[in-house]
Amino acid sequence: MNYKTKEKIYEKILLISAFFSVITIILIGGFVFKEGFPTISKIGLIDFLLGKEWYPTKGVFGIFPMIVGTFAVTIGALILGVPLGVATAIFLAEFAPARVCRIIRPAVELLAGIPSVVYGLFGMVIVNQIIMHIERTYLAGILKPEYQRGYSVLSASIILAIMILPTVINISEDAIRSVPREYKEASLALGATDWQTIYKVLVPAASSGIIAAVVLGMGRALGETMAVIMVAGNTAIVPDSIFAPVRTLTGNIAIEMGYAAGDHVNALFATGIVLFVIIMVLNTVATYIAKRGVSQG
Amino acid sequence: MLIFRGSKIALLLVVIMVAAIASTGCGGEKDSGTGLSGTVKIAGSTSVQPLGEELAEAFMDQYPDVNVNVQGGGSSAGIETAKTGTADIGTTSRELKDEEKGYGLTETIVAKDGIAIVTNNENKVTDLTMEQVAKIFSGDIKNWKEVGSQDGPITVVVREEGSGTRGAFEEIVLGNAKIIDTAIVQNATGAVKTAVTKDVNAIGFISLGSIDSAVKTITVDGSEPSEENVINGSYKISRPFIFLTANEPSEATEEFIKFVLSNEGQDIVSEEYIRVNN
Repeated sequence: MNYKTKEKIYEKILLISAFFSVITIILIGGFVFKEGFPTISKIGLIDFLLGKEWYPTKGVFGIFPMIVGTFAVTIGALILGVPLGVATAIFLAEFAPARVCRIIRPAVELLAGIPSVVYGLFGMVIVNQIIMHIERTYLAGILKPEYQRGYSVLSASIILAIMILPTVINISEDAIRSVPREYKEASLALGATDWQTIYKVLVPAASSGIIAAVVLGMGRALGETMAVIMVAGNTAIVPDSIFAPVRTLTGNIAIEMGYAAGDHVNALFATGIVLFVIIMVLNTVATYIAKRGVSQG
Repeated sequence: MLIFRGSKIALLLVVIMVAAIASTGCGGEKDSGTGLSGTVKIAGSTSVQPLGEELAEAFMDQYPDVNVNVQGGGSSAGIETAKTGTADIGTTSRELKDEEKGYGLTETIVAKDGIAIVTNNENKVTDLTMEQVAKIFSGDIKNWKEVGSQDGPITVVVREEGSGTRGAFEEIVLGNAKIIDTAIVQNATGAVKTAVTKDVNAIGFISLGSIDSAVKTITVDGSEPSEENVINGSYKISRPFIFLTANEPSEATEEFIKFVLSNEGQDIVSEEYIRVNN
């Protein structure tokens, strides 16, 4: 073989590798749509999306509680996790002495490596117990009895917030570090304090990277299944309080797939379609926002 | 060089093929030794279906020429298929109604399934009536003090829709009532037990085989949930798995039922359910 043919072959191998993920997403997407779509058209899109009752074994399929539940725990996770993550990133990028960094960075890496079932166990045994104690001791008079059981939007959000920290911290830190040095020097030279420089110059300049971090964190929170199942209570009703038990879209699929049969399986695939579409829309919106951020900067 | 390598591979392929033919040849001789062949069609209760599939697999390992085909459909459909002869064996996970008994089908109880009601070890309650259990799980009784225990809102923990244990519980205890909407849902027996262990006000149900000291079992109508009480019928949250056959079943069908009732078949039963021969 001469070198030209070899070059061609290597190039083709790389091309095939690059297309592998595209093909996979098409196959998975196609399969989920094929399995789930007939059910959606049978039930009717509106009834399926906005139906508040989910009794799959009796043929009642409404996933509105799960859609609300997914957004509730995700937003909760972002409210708790993003400020903490961005603050950590700023500290690591701007203030932390090398010695402190050597402690914080491996800890963050390790946090990313913990399997989600371990987070779930921690949540079920520690976080839920603490929340249940608070609910029964301090909030017993205010909350409905069903909301005093620990399983809640709040505990799912807390666990998810911890789980998205590594993503938010790492990407935000990279973004802050990649702000040109001149921005910071100019700001300091004009007499701004360190803090003023951070929140008026560095963070806005890094905003597109920080938004990317938030979006990736949101993706992680939306898709997380195991840990959420273990702490959320999985009740298929629309949550109306942060203390209400909740079921997410991913949880709905994972909990019931094991024993589902017939229409029930297809309804779970249909749940998968909804999840698919939500994630695609969010990704598109996020990419758009991130791009706009860059052009302004 | 290239040709030499090619011939080596060809040789290897020939060896593999010869070995494969030889081994299937041996298997074939062994197969014909059992003599039994045919198809056994089983249909009915979706609760019996997973057990039926496992038994069928073990049976077909022994009799490779017999094809045992297990389908669902529901208990009522199982009785119907046995009556009409659409299936060789109809399965049901409930007792036959009087009217159905009149069909003249042969009933063979192949397994029993029991469900235990469990609470936290700290809970003071020891006995509940069947009606109280139904009312707790359907949400009519909301506080433990209504059944003579501590003052605390009851945390109902259930299995997910589609689970066999949940299906059996609904069928036996609740009838037409529905499990309360706000019940905590866990998708495994272990998770139900953990949930009950962690909350003093919790109540849940698990299959009889999964009872351990982590949770407290409740007597129902005064009867302890035990295999013995399920078999003698005093423990009410239980159900039989019944095979129904019409007159003169085929040889393969008879052999399959014999296998299910043998020690080997009952060992498979006892992995998740209660055996009927001892």
